[in-house]
Amino acid sequence: MKNKEPLILAVVVAFTLITYYLVEPFAHSQMHKHFESEGFAYKDLPALTQKGDAARGKELVTGAAACTGCHAISKEGFAAAMDPATAAASYGVNPPDLSNAGAVYSENFLADLIVNPAHALKVEHKFDINKGQMHPMVPFYGAGGDINQEVADIIAYLKSIAVKGEALTPEIAYETACGRCHANHYAGWTQIGEKPHFKRKQDELTFEMNLANYQDALTKYMGKLPPDLSIYIRSRGEHYIKTFVENPQNYLPGTAMPRVGVNPEAAEKVIEYLEDSGDAKRHERESVGYKVMVFMLIFAVFAFLWKKEVWRDLH
Amino acid sequence: MKNSSRRGFMGKAFGAVAGVGAVASLYAMKKSWDPLPSVKAAGFTTLDMSAYKDNELVTEKWRGKPIFVLKYTPEMIASMTEKQKGRSIKIGDSYYLVNLGLCTHLGCIPGYNPDEKSFLCACHGGQYDFSGDVTKAPPPRGLDIPPFKIDGMKLVLGEEGPEYKKMKESGVTL
Amino acid sequence: MAHFTKATSVHDWLNQRLGIDTVRRVMATEYWIPKNINFLWAMGMVLAITFGLLLVSGIFLLMYYQPNVATAFDSVNYTIMKEVEFGWLWRHIHGVAASVVFLIIYIHMFTGIYYGSYKKGREMIWISGMLLFVAFSAEAFSGYMLPWGQMSYWAGMVITNLFAGGSLHADGLVEWIRGDYVPAQAFLNRFFMLHVLLIPLAILGLIGLHFGALRIPHVNNQDGEEIDFDAESKKYLAGDKAGSKVIRFANDFMSKDMMVVGIYLVFFFYLVFFHYDFAMDPVNFDPADGLKTPAHIYPEWYFLWSYEILRPFSTDVGLMAFGFAQVIFMLLPFLDRSPNALPASRRGLFKFWFWAMLIDMIVLTAMGKVPPIEPFGTIGFYAALTFISLWILLPIITMFEKKV
Repeated sequence: MKNKEPLILAVVVAFTLITYYLVEPFAHSQMHKHFESEGFAYKDLPALTQKGDAARGKELVTGAAACTGCHAISKEGFAAAMDPATAAASYGVNPPDLSNAGAVYSENFLADLIVNPAHALKVEHKFDINKGQMHPMVPFYGAGGDINQEVADIIAYLKSIAVKGEALTPEIAYETACGRCHANHYAGWTQIGEKPHFKRKQDELTFEMNLANYQDALTKYMGKLPPDLSIYIRSRGEHYIKTFVENPQNYLPGTAMPRVGVNPEAAEKVIEYLEDSGDAKRHERESVGYKVMVFMLIFAVFAFLWKKEVWRDLH
Repeated sequence: MKNSSRRGFMGKAFGAVAGVGAVASLYAMKKSWDPLPSVKAAGFTTLDMSAYKDNELVTEKWRGKPIFVLKYTPEMIASMTEKQKGRSIKIGDSYYLVNLGLCTHLGCIPGYNPDEKSFLCACHGGQYDFSGDVTKAPPPRGLDIPPFKIDGMKLVLGEEGPEYKKMKESGVTL
Repeated sequence: MAHFTKATSVHDWLNQRLGIDTVRRVMATEYWIPKNINFLWAMGMVLAITFGLLLVSGIFLLMYYQPNVATAFDSVNYTIMKEVEFGWLWRHIHGVAASVVFLIIYIHMFTGIYYGSYKKGREMIWISGMLLFVAFSAEAFSGYMLPWGQMSYWAGMVITNLFAGGSLHADGLVEWIRGDYVPAQAFLNRFFMLHVLLIPLAILGLIGLHFGALRIPHVNNQDGEEIDFDAESKKYLAGDKAGSKVIRFANDFMSKDMMVVGIYLVFFFYLVFFHYDFAMDPVNFDPADGLKTPAHIYPEWYFLWSYEILRPFSTDVGLMAFGFAQVIFMLLPFLDRSPNALPASRRGLFKFWFWAMLIDMIVLTAMGKVPPIEPFGTIGFYAALTFISLWILLPIITMFEKKV
């Protein structure tokens, strides 16, 4: 009797793999557009050529450019002019604290943002100057000298005060780049910061009230409340999040979500933050996975040897 | 014969391998029954000891159980025996009773009488003095002292500080 | 009254009271299985093991799951996935096993179809098996509701709407099933009950019936040969193990089962730890939102072929075609009019019918998932027509089959 089992196995495996290919990779390729990451280079924006002077930049940020009129730089002692809810009510969104902007955003993105916010953020469809729609951030028109040099100085200053290297934690990256619009309740984050532990009910309600007001203003500004990102790492996956953040207009033409302009290092930190909130046990899953796989292989080998012994007499 | 004993061996070996897998999965099952991290994190309660008034019993909650806190009056401090002192917690210049408010007999909650400065458990008539030491049976021992750590004027329940460890070693509490 | 003697050992004590030797003999050592079988005959054991994995992992999920529309999603994705030690493991095992169990069921089913194992006294095995398929389908669907994500909600919406019966407009029935106008708290609660109690009970009962149905007609073999089990088992017991056409269930058949199970579990745990997205749809990691339908909705892969039979037609025709697809496999033993209980390869036209059916169902499965755009709509339409035609043709081609 010829042993047909290898042939049967091949047929079963082939049909299984064909079905898998059709319902997974093939079907998904038909459902979703695919974009390749450009590595957070923002190639449409010119590179920064001039070398900036941080001391000059500080004068500009706090003086002529008047950044601190709206932006807090808490690290340098410039407090926010208003609390988040009030700021959101006036501007639509809370102007970001610039303490770590230099560590989170790409240089060429910042350079464009300072002089032309709606362009850098890719929200010109929403803020069209010709229709009198101004972006809430006032562009920097120059302080009288070479504007490119001045922008370089500002960026040099922002970089000089920002955290460096590994001091850029996932929390700083997420809170700076995403946290003003996106809550992440699995990480305990709301759009106006981490919710403290309140002893008095009144304090808690005040916080909730502030948050609701902030979210209201944000909803008005963005058209809808930006989603909670708690488990976006599982619902969207790393590739989608990265290519979406690089240019939201790719996937959702006309979306109010701005291009965020994070640099590659900050993007990795944001992903790490999302993995910690939405896929916290990934390392344990891998290490347990390898152990179980090794065990199952041993199990299969012993089962095979047992079968061989038992069947020796049967053939 | 040699053959069949070897066959028996393979069956047993396979059974042993499967058994190892079963035991390993029991480990995962055991861990799944453990209290959750959020439950454990909630297992610490911080008390501000400056807020209590003399000879006024306050019942706090720690890990779902009642905690008696009683600040002694100067007279009570003056009248303390060594044993009572050993059961009390000194924070700043004051002495306190901080005990698990469950009778060591069968777990009822005793009541405090501020005039008599003693506890009476209504269930079976057990009595304790103001330091929580048993004065009348049936309770087998004084009220238990929860693990605590002194932190300035604050007391953290759930953590074991040196004062608590000393009490435990000297047998003041279980 | 039975006569009991002083027990000589624990074994003897139990044996006098429970007859464990007899049980062992009847259930294992003298439960005779044909020798002429291949690894496809181990799928029953693979299914039993997978069902065991579902049961055990389900028990641990049940300890932390909260059947409440406000907390269900977070109880799964936060409490179980982040807080509970190994909670993620139970969930991944449960989710992956729920998907893989259908792959094995389909292999098991098509094995039965190929080798004619539903004929000549084995009809009840087939029918009880198909009832198990229905029960597993209901179990899978009700379980899919529980994480209360976007796919849960919208699958619940769409599938319960089927019960309106198209032009019959039985909206009252739909509301009765849901306990509400839309899938909401009452719906979640009752599907939770179905998933953890009623349907598992039915499944356990049906598994008993399925095993029982095997007892009298015995397991089929690779050549559809009729075996004299009494004579062959005597031969085996007399020592001619190699010459006998039958083997013991344990340890002979069991050792082969375990070998297949071993290989299967390597594959299974690879999926659990490293390749789980196919079974745990990313879209269901968005919380349920009754005011926003996901861009693409589709059932889990194992329902796609019957979903695609529904989709290309107008509502009423589609529902009828869907209803047809749901019951028709059950009738297979009666639609196959051939006198032969042989492998499809030796059965003339039925050979082509078998492969055509298998390929058509794979085409339906693929078309059920892609968006309903051309050319997929047309392919799906013709695949659905082919499915129905094949079943209409089955009695005709088998009637003319020559007795081999």
